[in-house]
Amino acid sequence: MSETTLTGNRGLQQEEPLLFEQGHPGHSGVDLPEPEPVAERLGGVKRQRDIGLPGLSEPQVVRHYTRLSHMNYAIDSGFYPLGSCTMKYNPRLNEKMARLPGFADIHPFQPESTVQGALELVDLTARWLKTLTGFDGVAMSPAAGAHGELCGLMCIRAALEARGDARKTVLVPESAHGTNPASAHFCGYKVRSIPANARGRVDLEALKGALDDSVAALMLTNPNTCGLFEDEILEIAQAAHDAGALFYCDGANFNAIMGRVRPADLGIDCMHLNLHKTFSTPHGGGGPGSGPVVMTQELANHAPLPWVTEGADGFRLLEHAGDTGSDGAPLGRIKGFHGQVGVFVRALAYMMSLGRDGLEQAAEDAVLNANYLLEGLKDDLSPSYEGPCMHEVLFDDRFLKDTGLTTLDIAKGLLDEGFHPMTMYFPLVVHGAMLTEPTETETRETLDQFMETVKGLADRARAGETAALSEAPRLTPRRRLDETSAARNPVLRWTPPEDQA
Amino acid sequence: MSTTYFTKEHEWVRVEGDEGTVGITDYAQKALGDVVFVDLPDAGTEVETGGEIATIESVKAASEIYAPLGGSVSAVNDALNDAPEKVNEDPEGEGWILKMTLSDTAELDSLMDADAYRAYLDTLE
Repeated sequence: MSETTLTGNRGLQQEEPLLFEQGHPGHSGVDLPEPEPVAERLGGVKRQRDIGLPGLSEPQVVRHYTRLSHMNYAIDSGFYPLGSCTMKYNPRLNEKMARLPGFADIHPFQPESTVQGALELVDLTARWLKTLTGFDGVAMSPAAGAHGELCGLMCIRAALEARGDARKTVLVPESAHGTNPASAHFCGYKVRSIPANARGRVDLEALKGALDDSVAALMLTNPNTCGLFEDEILEIAQAAHDAGALFYCDGANFNAIMGRVRPADLGIDCMHLNLHKTFSTPHGGGGPGSGPVVMTQELANHAPLPWVTEGADGFRLLEHAGDTGSDGAPLGRIKGFHGQVGVFVRALAYMMSLGRDGLEQAAEDAVLNANYLLEGLKDDLSPSYEGPCMHEVLFDDRFLKDTGLTTLDIAKGLLDEGFHPMTMYFPLVVHGAMLTEPTETETRETLDQFMETVKGLADRARAGETAALSEAPRLTPRRRLDETSAARNPVLRWTPPEDQA
Repeated sequence: MSTTYFTKEHEWVRVEGDEGTVGITDYAQKALGDVVFVDLPDAGTEVETGGEIATIESVKAASEIYAPLGGSVSAVNDALNDAPEKVNEDPEGEGWILKMTLSDTAELDSLMDADAYRAYLDTLE
């Protein structure tokens, strides 16, 4: 089915070799003067051969990166059912604000008096976060969600030790994010897993059975990683507190409830927020995150330095425990400088441009869109749990039983149809998971087109027309990649052809 | 004379005296998909029953191996470092993961024998 061409290109979709494969010795994008002869002082360590940089002209380099960018699939080019974990739409206003010179061109070592605007921005962002969540304090410096988990657990440990009641264990339900047990382990706690019930939520009786005076904290993700609201959360909080434990909530999915629910009202003691996820800043693929932790006053006494405060002389950055006037003992720095200020700017721009009511509507639209997909697809796919769901809907692979096809085949089939696939094979609590998060910005037309496509693929699978799926993708620049070989025998370094003999 | 026992986490343990060899079942390797890496513990590691003792990474996910019984690790299958595919190809033979010195063989009563495990698999369908 694929026509071959003389060049290997397909239409204007061009093949692109590595820069190292394109370069020629002697080509150069810049005109450098011959170096003056210098006396050699390297002894026996002088490089014996060419350094091997590719010789390229400026337009060659520009075309290389422009062509690569054309191969990229992005939230700006199409529907992205991976959802906010990877990226939701980033309003352009956020970027405009982040590029204001008062935010973009400052340095963390500048004197306080010259960065009053930036400090005010940190303080104002903190106020928004505290107001939205109902907490008294917030640690702004954690660099991302998992770092926030560690920060929150360190505050919990400090608070329990201050009570004279240091404990050893952290309970983590199966429906929690995978980083939760890792963070607890890193913080020196033993981790115990709590099973889920048939409704995809924490098994309350199992939790009660596991709570004793060795338990420092419970870490709950709400909405959980199956896209479900933990509707027994008040009982869960009560049970944890009755046992003398503190209640940590993974707030990564706060985008589903922001403006609707204040987590402090649910009995939570401490929760991180993924600013980059919930408040629409570019991330993923290594982009910067930011994971502030909102917390009760008891925990906030131990929040890591630096703190930003407002006084008679303007805003101050408190970098030493003695300056804080806190009775507790603040933790030292957990990150260089003062947190991800560039992400704060974007998150605050998002919060202020939407307003409290707009944030609530964004959460409601995200939940509405996910439930629209659940209702539209429930007879064609196999939803893992009964609805309503929150901002994401979980399907598993029961609908593919006896077709010989897998979740992976459906995902690859979506590529041929011009859609990025949903999250595959996560969470692990269901078989062949397809976790789909449309986010709040997609139109009904886009969702309808996506559902028609998924239904079409499911129909084909059931009708036995499996080749188109098991061989997919057929229309992408590269066909199905051999993930197993890539993982078992990774080639991580390019070597010049003359070295490959 | 060795006897093989099974766990609900789809692991097997072949017991001879107070030494047990641990691996994952054929059902488990099929569910995991192609195994690409096995993170093995150091010999001498002490573990309680049900504690995490190793990690298996497949193209789909990283999964924990739980100690079917308490004890200490006496040997690990180093061959898996270069050939993790043995876990897929021969899960109950060359794809074994580690050997343990069991601290209490009376605990074996809590595990399933081959027939009970087969019956357990039937309930999962």
